[in-house]
Amino acid sequence: MTTLDPRSRAARRGLSDLSIRNLFIIPTIVFLIVFNIFPLLYSLGYSFTDFRASSNAPANFVGLDNYRTLLNDPFIWSNFAITAKYVIVSVAGQVIVGFGVALLLNRDIPFKGLITTLLLLPMMLSMAVVGLFWKLLYDPSFGIINYALGLGRFEWLSDPDMALYAVALTDIWMWSPFVMLLSLAGLSAVPKHLYEAAAIDRAGPLYTFFRITLPLVAPILMIAIIFRTMEAFKTFDLAYILTSQPTTEVISIRLYKMAFQEWQTGLSCALAYIVLIMVIAITNIYVKYLNKVKER
Amino acid sequence: MAAVQTTSERALNRIAIVGVLIATIIFLAPIYWIVSTSFKPRNLATTIPPTVLFEPEISPFVKLVLRRSQMREQPTPEEYAAAPWWERLVFDGGEKVVRDGQGNVQLSGYPSRFVNSLIVAIVSTVLAVGMGTITAYGFSRFKVKGEQDWLFFILSTRMLPPVVVAIPMFLMYRAVGLNDTHLGLIILYTAFNLSFSVWLMKGFIDEIPKEYEEAALVDGYTRMEAFFKVVLPEAATGIAATAVFCFITAWNEYAFALIMTRRTAQTAPPFIPSQVGSGLPDWTVIASGTFLFLLPVAIFTFLLRNHLLRGMSFGAIRK
Repeated sequence: MTTLDPRSRAARRGLSDLSIRNLFIIPTIVFLIVFNIFPLLYSLGYSFTDFRASSNAPANFVGLDNYRTLLNDPFIWSNFAITAKYVIVSVAGQVIVGFGVALLLNRDIPFKGLITTLLLLPMMLSMAVVGLFWKLLYDPSFGIINYALGLGRFEWLSDPDMALYAVALTDIWMWSPFVMLLSLAGLSAVPKHLYEAAAIDRAGPLYTFFRITLPLVAPILMIAIIFRTMEAFKTFDLAYILTSQPTTEVISIRLYKMAFQEWQTGLSCALAYIVLIMVIAITNIYVKYLNKVKER
Repeated sequence: MAAVQTTSERALNRIAIVGVLIATIIFLAPIYWIVSTSFKPRNLATTIPPTVLFEPEISPFVKLVLRRSQMREQPTPEEYAAAPWWERLVFDGGEKVVRDGQGNVQLSGYPSRFVNSLIVAIVSTVLAVGMGTITAYGFSRFKVKGEQDWLFFILSTRMLPPVVVAIPMFLMYRAVGLNDTHLGLIILYTAFNLSFSVWLMKGFIDEIPKEYEEAALVDGYTRMEAFFKVVLPEAATGIAATAVFCFITAWNEYAFALIMTRRTAQTAPPFIPSQVGSGLPDWTVIASGTFLFLLPVAIFTFLLRNHLLRGMSFGAIRK
């Protein structure tokens, strides 16, 4: 028997499309459920207990006590406030620096490709290792930052008021290139004829910027902001390595200490859930904007 | 009119060139500083004003990989003369190389951490990209019920703060004995990178025309043959770019490595900072460890610069 439909012929000799699809997709889904969703359910159970992973005592069910304790703890709220401050400062800095450099790079610059690549280097590095060597750069007595800026023995990391900004500054150095990259992609998509029309109308550079460039780049800039906001919210390594000030204790560090230094496993599981709910809220904003941009 | 405009355009361009130059110098100065510190003699690492010109040394790298201890007494001139050149470099730093009972040189913790990083990053990258590619193909070419929801679920696994997942993972790993093992970290990093790999590869595979496979099917290929012989070669650059991203993420990961490993499977990111300790750290050795660790990523970035630009803006920019 012969058939001219290539698909059924191939299907009979090999696996059917349906089984190939299942073979290709299901293992990944199962893997992700086992290693992402299952642990979360596991810790949901622990979040209602007074379990401590450091002792052999069995876990006692305490109901919503952990959540009540955490939501009434002013220190936890201050950790969230620190995180929020950190996110705002570092994301704002990255947008200003990244978009600024992208605007400069969008003109006729020699060696543009090489320079763009070199500027990407900071974001390719390990945050932990970056944190470590910025400690050397920030050193009050022999750091090159104080020397280059003529600040004498300025205490970047041991001054409680300054430390969070110092961490944010390192984050800005590391991630402005990301904003720059997305901005460059957005800028290169602005149709040239709009600028030509503006030039014919004798529009000034400021008018051109605010009426043509900014509105057209805004969607992509928004994506960069959301991406960076989510990443900054998760910050752990950089702040943890650079300094150990109470004023730089972002929520991830609090969570780490609670879970792996104080061994309050049950309580930390509950805090993890509070953080999780916040991440889901931020994620929803992200998806909303992503869809909006795609509909453009 | 036209002439006036070109003059102002030229002036703006000149400002842009100067601005870009300044930005590049500021952004690269910290990296330059770490590289130069890794070639400095110890006494020049922390001078004020900073030492810019010096004779480069490799002693920091020698000290990095050898186990050393402070010298109680100076070596005799005979001992000094009989020692190999690298041991003399360590002598000059006021330290001596630690040997075991048989007189064999002991290595520091760094080489094994570096090898651990390589093992974990390479294996997890291969797994994440392999699984990610076939899953992306599945989503790209076949009808999947609730496709958008599944894709969002896959992406959502990446959005969780590592510390949140690490707490239950630590307990589970402890129960099954996966803590401080290479396999444990490999599984974690594969899970972490898989979502990214699926999304990135879907973008690349979507752009390969379906007609290519249909032509292959008409020629008598099976679906599997068409996938391996037609689609995979077309997706090669996408696979390379995805692999570099996954490698960089796994190579640089810190939080999971800090929590899940102690010794046997510890990678370099938690190890290098732990060497600072208290007292006076030898910054030249720390800088050389950092520099060696940055090298693979810097090379990848340079080799794949053109693909990186595309991969990084995935989802955000569709042509």
